Amino acid sequence: MSTATSTASEGKHYLNAKHTVLSWLLTVDHKRIGMMYLVSLVVFFLIGGAAAVLFRLELMTPAGDLLRSETYNKLFTMHGIVMIFFFLIPSIPAVLGNFLLPIMVGTRDVAFPKLNLASWYVFMLGGILAFVAIVGGGVDTGWTFYTPYSTMYANSNVILAVCGAFIAGFSSIMTALNFVVTIHKMRAPGLTWFRLPLFVWAMYATSLVVLLGTPVVAITLVMIFVERAFGLGIFNPALGGDPVLFQHLFWFYSHPAVYIMILPSMGVVSEIIACFSRRRIYGYKFVAYSSLAIAVIGFFVWGHHMFVSSQSTYAGMIFSFLTFFVAVPTAIKVLNWTMTMYKGSISLEAPMLYAFGFLGLFTIGGMTGLFLSTLATDIHLHDTYFVVAHFHYVMVGGGVMGFLGGLHFWWPKMTGRMYPEGWAIFAAIVIFVGFNLTFFPQFQLGYHGMPRRYHEYPADFQVLHIMSTAGASVLGFGYLLMAGYLGWSLKFGKKAGANPWDARGLEWETSSPPPTENFLVPPVVRHEAYAYEFESETSPESHPSSESSA
Amino acid sequence: MSDSHPSYLAHQFDDVEQQRQASTMGIWLFLITEVMFFGGLFTGYIVYRGMYPEAWKLGSHELNILLGAINTAVLILSSLTMALSVHAAQLGEQKKLSRNLLATIGLGGVFLVIKAFEYKAKFGHHLVPGEHFHFEGPFSNQVQLFYSFYFTMTGMHAIHMVIGIGILFWLWAQSRKGKFHKDYYNPVEVTGLYWHFVDLVWIFLFPLLYLIGRH
Repeated sequence: MSTATSTASEGKHYLNAKHTVLSWLLTVDHKRIGMMYLVSLVVFFLIGGAAAVLFRLELMTPAGDLLRSETYNKLFTMHGIVMIFFFLIPSIPAVLGNFLLPIMVGTRDVAFPKLNLASWYVFMLGGILAFVAIVGGGVDTGWTFYTPYSTMYANSNVILAVCGAFIAGFSSIMTALNFVVTIHKMRAPGLTWFRLPLFVWAMYATSLVVLLGTPVVAITLVMIFVERAFGLGIFNPALGGDPVLFQHLFWFYSHPAVYIMILPSMGVVSEIIACFSRRRIYGYKFVAYSSLAIAVIGFFVWGHHMFVSSQSTYAGMIFSFLTFFVAVPTAIKVLNWTMTMYKGSISLEAPMLYAFGFLGLFTIGGMTGLFLSTLATDIHLHDTYFVVAHFHYVMVGGGVMGFLGGLHFWWPKMTGRMYPEGWAIFAAIVIFVGFNLTFFPQFQLGYHGMPRRYHEYPADFQVLHIMSTAGASVLGFGYLLMAGYLGWSLKFGKKAGANPWDARGLEWETSSPPPTENFLVPPVVRHEAYAYEFESETSPESHPSSESSA
Repeated sequence: MSDSHPSYLAHQFDDVEQQRQASTMGIWLFLITEVMFFGGLFTGYIVYRGMYPEAWKLGSHELNILLGAINTAVLILSSLTMALSVHAAQLGEQKKLSRNLLATIGLGGVFLVIKAFEYKAKFGHHLVPGEHFHFEGPFSNQVQLFYSFYFTMTGMHAIHMVIGIGILFWLWAQSRKGKFHKDYYNPVEVTGLYWHFVDLVWIFLFPLLYLIGRH
């Protein structure tokens, strides 16, 4: 196996196999599709980020002087729709999952490569519809599309935005279906379920949530569509329809969607912590099963979004209890990652810094979630900045940090080049500081009663809002810095060998970037995952510290 | 290992058996998503029926049981011809395969035509929700709610039928070229599972929409 990889490093790989634009647009190679998703997601991230820049600037002053209230509503809606449906949900599965999962299970491609390509086109179609809705007048319902406002009163492009989200949902379903079948049916010889990397387990759990949840939000969006477009009355209170039914159906997907965004990050963090602590993940099976447990329990907690709707108090109590319960498998993971690092030989490269960032920020996000799942405190905190801070700590502090950590960890594998370590460490620290400065003050704002989704506020809140805007600027600078050096490294980065981190796992046994069919010789797995106690089978001279060529 | 790759074996699979297992698992997972998709509609239906049982009964009585029953029979028959298509594909009997596929397409078409006549009658009777909705009798608002579900549920079902007929046409064209034989019949089998699922949705829709409060 080691001889195969060293000869491959000189030859053809998936990037230089073909060069035309058409060869990318018609590719069925999971690695190329992953890279196409990466480029598209960066664009959507910039669009969603631009909206955030505008409303953070507005919030510098208590008066609504930069934006009108309608514009403000459209901007936070745009930020929510783009960031959730077109960045966070596809981020890790569609980019890192597409690229790595088939390699990690030791196969040539996903089970249904054409479906995989179709998922990208479907995603782009949904994205373009949403984009047209935004630039052609905007949507002002919030990303939640609550009825009856969305169906009866909103004078904005609700139909287009709903169609965009509906169509994009199919791309997640296609990706998830591909992953589940690939994991079940295409594992390399010797790769048993409990030898799979935990990233694959996380992808598996995520895919199950996608398969069971996304169709429900799809039909819910269809109901909004027929009500608004054809005048049918499904949630219309005048006919006896029940807007709270909409909320139930919406959150039945949209709460599990939080786990679609966070479970993949947990998988990434497991890989990074094992590699940079040089230890097998402590309690591997517990970490694997806790992913499944989160996926399952996550389906029974949606009512905690509706404590102050007309949902019955008893339902509220049960949902509250179940929500506490979902913290258990999450805590198991955090404990096991910490135990993995105990007595490990830890090194602090950029991916590990992001993993640390994930651990701290996600824990804060999770713990504040417990405040919100307590019925009595939620009455006070509901719809305030406390909620905004909480879910940003989970989805950005958890989801995005994991994505960035994974992007740095596998960057040499995906591009064949090392990113500049010094800059990466600097950017990781900037991003961490900027993130906390943005969102920590929002916990206080919310606790003191600042409601979300308003563009004006009492002057008392101004200091905290200015801190938050300053933090957002630092955060934005960190992201741009990262974009800069990653772009630079594509051309000028040090060449990466097959296994620059001396990590374990099949993806490190093939060359960087991998050949089109991933392995020149089909791999056979002989070890447990994270066998850091054994020498790697890939040649040690590929380690970047022992390589001087620039 | 790729020395004996027949044309119908996709490059990512090691052998025909792996390919067959993958496609079967894929369609079952897809059908699970379909169950969840229709499940959202059924949930709404159940909630409102619990809230407004009388209105649901009144709305249901306006539907044409005879046409609904004929359509049920037509679809069950189409499931039979679909099953026969799969059987013929497995045995490699080309003529029988194309004939049964065509029969399935025809029966699907009959269903849609009958459905169209039913829809047309509802327009005539002002039972289509919206501005022109008019229902003589009590609970007219809630009856409108019932008809919103009637049209959304049967409409979603009809869209699935149209997609199914499209795929069947493609299969029929492929079968004329002799693409399916005893070593390779996944597409026919997988489409068959989809077709049976769509039929099954109707088997639930028929009593839930047409037969409320009739003993």
